Amino acid sequence: MKALGKRLSRVGAYCRRNPKLVSGVSIILTLVLFWLIGSLLLSPTRAQPISGLPDQPPSLRYLLGTDSNGRELLAVMVVGTGLTLRIGILAGAIGLGIGIILGFISGYYGGLLDTVIKGIVDVLLTVPPLAVLVVIAAVITRAMTLDSMIVIVASLSWMLPTRTIRAQVLTMRERAYIQVARLSGMNSLEVIVKELMPNLLPYLAASFVGATAASILACIGLEALGLGPQSLPTLGMTIFWSISFSAMLRNMWWWWLPPIIIIAILFVGLFLLTAGLDEIANPRLRRRM
Amino acid sequence: MSLNYLLRRLGLFVVVVWAAVTLIFFLPRLASERNPIVERMGQTAASAGKLGEGVGEMVKAWEAKFGLDQPLWKQYLRYFRDVLHLDFGYSLAYYPTKVIDLIIKALPWTIGLFGVATLISFLLGSLGGALLAWPKAPRFLQYLLPFFLTLSAVPYYLLGLVLLFLFAFTTRIFPLSGGYPVGTVPSLSFPFILEVLRHAVLPGCAMIIAGVGFWALQMRGMMIIGLEEDYIAFAEAKGLKGNRIFFRYALRNVLLPQATSLAITLGQVISGGILVEVVFGYPGLGTLLLKAVSGFDYNLISGIVFIIIIIIAVATLLVDLLYPLLDPRITYQRRVK
Repeated sequence: MKALGKRLSRVGAYCRRNPKLVSGVSIILTLVLFWLIGSLLLSPTRAQPISGLPDQPPSLRYLLGTDSNGRELLAVMVVGTGLTLRIGILAGAIGLGIGIILGFISGYYGGLLDTVIKGIVDVLLTVPPLAVLVVIAAVITRAMTLDSMIVIVASLSWMLPTRTIRAQVLTMRERAYIQVARLSGMNSLEVIVKELMPNLLPYLAASFVGATAASILACIGLEALGLGPQSLPTLGMTIFWSISFSAMLRNMWWWWLPPIIIIAILFVGLFLLTAGLDEIANPRLRRRM
Repeated sequence: MSLNYLLRRLGLFVVVVWAAVTLIFFLPRLASERNPIVERMGQTAASAGKLGEGVGEMVKAWEAKFGLDQPLWKQYLRYFRDVLHLDFGYSLAYYPTKVIDLIIKALPWTIGLFGVATLISFLLGSLGGALLAWPKAPRFLQYLLPFFLTLSAVPYYLLGLVLLFLFAFTTRIFPLSGGYPVGTVPSLSFPFILEVLRHAVLPGCAMIIAGVGFWALQMRGMMIIGLEEDYIAFAEAKGLKGNRIFFRYALRNVLLPQATSLAITLGQVISGGILVEVVFGYPGLGTLLLKAVSGFDYNLISGIVFIIIIIIAVATLLVDLLYPLLDPRITYQRRVK
């Protein structure tokens, strides 16, 4: 009990030194809470078309008004926040997973495989992600589902994690404790899982948040072009609909403004989270900041 | 700069071009069995009322015209040859027009807007970032950084929407959309250029504001390291004026690595900029891409995507080749090795 208290106070002390991490985590948690509480209070069917009167301004009945298809925008925001977070986290996790596998193979084993993987990553990193995504998404527009969206976005979110992890593995591979582990009879897989992984945890966490943010950025970009899942009320699709129904010219601020605010909050939260995790991963940054 | 480096770098460029062509050719064909000709016919049918008999023959005739009836590898080789000649075929949505003509018409707008906006944002951000690390800089800058950093986390086009609302819809200072007034013919006259500038202010500002924080943060980091160098201490000991130390000694030396990251982030800038154009209805590649997407115009989509990839590949190639010439420290390190 005492040890736990001590540990907690140490965590608290660290949090005071790293306000970015704390504010990033609390912003993301606030959005998750918004989604959770919203889903409990509002039925998701209210985010579907013709669940209310079309083009209603905010009122007691429709707290954030409705769009031209009769979707209730408060419900759309709740459902959309959940969907966007889900796409981002799942695509980020897939990207990180691929990044871990390729990064460790490339960095630990080296050789021809390393040259090939590094080459592919370098080539793909120069290509603007949105351009490739548009090509894929444009062909399957109508058939686009949440799952295919996640896979498509994830297909371009693994390069940066691969590169960061490979670079870290390269510097750690020659450290003394790795050699001790190898001499004491561990095989490569054991060395990677038991020795390298735990030491790379802060980097993996930062890579995960980075991949998640990149995935959300790509997914909202695709959706704003109208290439997202057509029947789902995601945040990006809401922006697309509001542009194509010229919501701004019709002075329907309750349509286009809320998704922008939520997306902005989300990105600021992710940005602070990355900055905070960077400080854990690179303690040298701490002095400079 | 060694010959080896030059060849390796050119090799990478060739691989990027090859990868771009291959991706663009195979992705649409792998991802679906949808026939673009049938798709287009369906659209025509929907807009023109009904389509008579003989649709099958019409589809066949068009497929022969576009070479879609040949084996895949033949199509691939043919496509490769055509693309290297910058021939992307006809646009399916704007049929008699060729894809390359549409792109050539849109390209100057995009390059002009993105080029100027990126340059301004880079210069402002770098100068601001350098001043942040400079002990004698005014204090208020310290408070600006978090503000701009927050904005840099938000995608360009969302910022664009907000600017559009504040300065075009509510106050009507700037036009709502387009690159020049509707009904005027593009020409090189003074009033027309003025109008073009007026239309470019808001989309440009969206990109500048969102970019400044990023450049400032990066520059500040490098400047802090740069100011610890011995030659700065020496310059101070010599009694040089602050201004001279800042511009000639500190800033000049850290500006080069900053310029490389300009080329690296170009892909991101263009990705974000495409959507800025869409938001503002700016007559560049982004808006053209949106039209192509909504008209299922594969030829146009692949043409635009290929051009974007090539622009970025050429820009990074140029920076990588010029960099060792500009920065003697690079060649020096190479020789030591």
